Order: sequence, then C-alpha cells, then structure tokens
Amino acid sequence: MDVVLEADRLGKRYGNNWALRDCSLRLPAGRIAALVGPNGAGKSTLLHLAVGLLRPDAGTVRVFGESPYDNRGSLADIGFVAQDTPLYRDFTAAELVTAGAKLNQRWDGDLARNRLAQLGIPPDRPVGKLSGGQRAQVALALALAKRPRLLLLDEPVASLDPLARREFLQSLMGSVADAGTTVLLSSHLLADLERVCDYLIVLNAARVQLLGAADDIVADHRRLVGPRHDGGPIGGVAAVVRASHTDRQSTLLVRTDGPITDPSWTVREVALEDLILAYLADVDSTTSHSAWGVPA
Amino acid sequence: MIEFVLDSRSKVNTYMQLVQQVRQALRVGLLVPGDQLPKVREVAQSLAINPNTVLKAYRELEIEGLVAGRPGVGTFVERTLAGASLPNQAELREDLEAWLRRARAAGLTPEDVTALVETTLRAALADDTSQRQTARAE
Repeated sequence: MDVVLEADRLGKRYGNNWALRDCSLRLPAGRIAALVGPNGAGKSTLLHLAVGLLRPDAGTVRVFGESPYDNRGSLADIGFVAQDTPLYRDFTAAELVTAGAKLNQRWDGDLARNRLAQLGIPPDRPVGKLSGGQRAQVALALALAKRPRLLLLDEPVASLDPLARREFLQSLMGSVADAGTTVLLSSHLLADLERVCDYLIVLNAARVQLLGAADDIVADHRRLVGPRHDGGPIGGVAAVVRASHTDRQSTLLVRTDGPITDPSWTVREVALEDLILAYLADVDSTTSHSAWGVPA
Repeated sequence: MIEFVLDSRSKVNTYMQLVQQVRQALRVGLLVPGDQLPKVREVAQSLAINPNTVLKAYRELEIEGLVAGRPGVGTFVERTLAGASLPNQAELREDLEAWLRRARAAGLTPEDVTALVETTLRAALADDTSQRQTARAE
C-alpha cells in the first residue's frame, strides 16, 4: 500500500502553545480523507506543515517520501487550496490560468479552461467580483491544473451556500474519479463528509483523537443501552468513548474488540457523524469547571 | 441506462443503496444483460460521492455475478434477476391493484396497507421456513 502523507510525532508550537502535538498518521494513496475537529484543533497547521508552508518544531512530516519544508521539488505533486480560497482578486479567471502556466512546471491550462467553461464562469471578470461559489470553483480548477497527486483543501466549502457546496463537491468527486488523486480536506460539515470521505482524521486540542478508514471505524464502534452501569469491564468492549447515565439506564458509545454477547445490552450501530461528535465531546470538562469555580 | 438516487435519510449506507438500486432494476427488468451501468465518474460527480464507494458497489455486484467490468470500457449487466417471474408480473400487478381498491374501500390507509403486507409477508416466510425444517427433520 502506497503511503502519500506520513507524519511521525509531528508537532508545531506557537510560543508556549502547541498547535499540533504528537501527530502520527499515514494516509494511503487513493483515499479521500477528512480532517475534522473544532476551530483551533490544529487542522490548518497540519495542512500547512504538509504543504511545506510551516517548519515542524517536533517530529517529521513526509509527502511522497520527502520533507516538504523548503523543498520546491515536492511542490509540483501537491495542490493546495487554503482557507477562504485566496486568489488575486483583481485578476480575471483567464489571467489566473495564464499566470499558473508561468508559475508551475507542470500545468494543464486546457483542463482548467474546460472546467471553468463547463461551469459557466466568466473568463473576463475579476475573480473578486465573482460569487463565493464561483471563486471556490476557480481555485479548485487552478489546483487541479497542476495535475497534483495529492490535493489538500482547507475548509473548501465552509463559506458556500448549500447549492454551491454541492456543485463544488460534484466537481471535486468527478475530477478525483478521473485522476485517482489522493485528497485531504478539512471541514466542519460532517454530513457532507460521510458521503465524500473514506478515511478520517479527527483532531482535538492539537492531538489526533481518531484515525482510520471510515468503514473500519464504523465497524469498530457500537452504541449500548442497558441498565445503569458502574464502569466494570464489558465483554467485547475495548474502550468506552462516551457514557451518559440516568438513575436506571446507561448509554455507552464504545469501541469494540469482539462481539458483545451480554444480553442486558441493546447493541446498535453508530453513524459516522454521531461517532465523530462523541469523540469531539470527549474532552475533560472538569478542568473547565474548576477554572470557572463552579461544581462539575 | 439507469440513474442512481440517494436517500440521505436512509440508514442504509451509500454503497449498499447503489447495490440495491441495481438489483431492483434487474428484478423489474429495467436493466437487462448487455446494458451498461453508469460510469464511475458520472455517478461520483452527479451524486457528489466518493468514487471508491461506486467502485465498491460495482465490485459487490461483480462478485454476485450480476455485472462484469470491461477495463477501459465500463461495467455491463451479465444476468437478470427478473427470471421467469417477469412475464407474470403484469397479471399479478392487476390483481394487486384490484386488491388495493378493495382495501381502500374497506377504509385502509396506505400505512395500514404497508403494515398488513409486511406482517403477512413475514408470517408467510416464517411458515415456509418452519415447513421446510419439518420436512428436513422427517
């Protein structure tokens, strides 16, 4: 299995704060991976490290086996669309396609022009005057014109309305199907991700919380409902991700390592979206309570 | 050529929805041997889903022997699920329509009808199984 992106105990620090810490992961080729986490979890930091815009303060990151920082050789294979799709707003889409040809070693201008023509994007208007959805499509077309083997997208659909979002994801999926590009995209929109992504990286408070193929993750987790549980071991349960209790009943979201045979538990499958939310909610709230001086 | 539709509220996962739609189309004769399934790229783009999901669905159908992939050309239907029952379906449909008119006249709502059909079907299947088991035991 080819690994496109590999991080080993990767870390990045701003002053005394770690924006990303102990991040180890391997992204296999051909995957469409989702990078999920709350604001400030380290998603953009990880993407910027992967594209070589930031230098690691700890550990290593490799893209196609090479360290991307200060390494122009590896850039040709990476396409990157940063948050809020920054483009030169006074340039027209046609001018941006021409500029891309001058700035890149490998450049498929026809691909970009065909895409933009199909989407009905005017070639002669400054991109600053286009709609958000059109601008996002221009940025995607430019990134794809590099014919990258790895495409990194930071919150590509966050600022788009539902229709533009769908059109963006349609273009993205169509072009990925053609080229077999590996994609890593960060997003808050969990419902979209479930359809689009087959690999998942959940970041929370600068650390990796959950990582793996989406199918495996879903297969490994269950929701259990049963009589109130005091925290003892349950056969088939490797870890309790999240638990809530009433005076009689316990609801547990668990990672399993075997079949759960205890008949007192009702066992259900968990949707990916619910699972991600459970992991993200699973941060220690007791520190916050003591910091506020209120009882937990 | 068929067109896939996804039910985003369905609990059935995306790849299985695609598999079920092809099976359904084969069962009612909408797809017959030799027909081409939509190209992976087209499905991925129109539904905005991961192309690997479409590939997975097509692979599943291939394993079942229902379709076969021809490299560089596409995926084609190999056999049908309609079988000998297809010609009889028109007549059965007429019977069912007559029955539905009677059900409506008797005051059954569409939900009542669905519930009645489902419980009867389940009971009939359970009967079949138990009869087969007794037959084997004897």
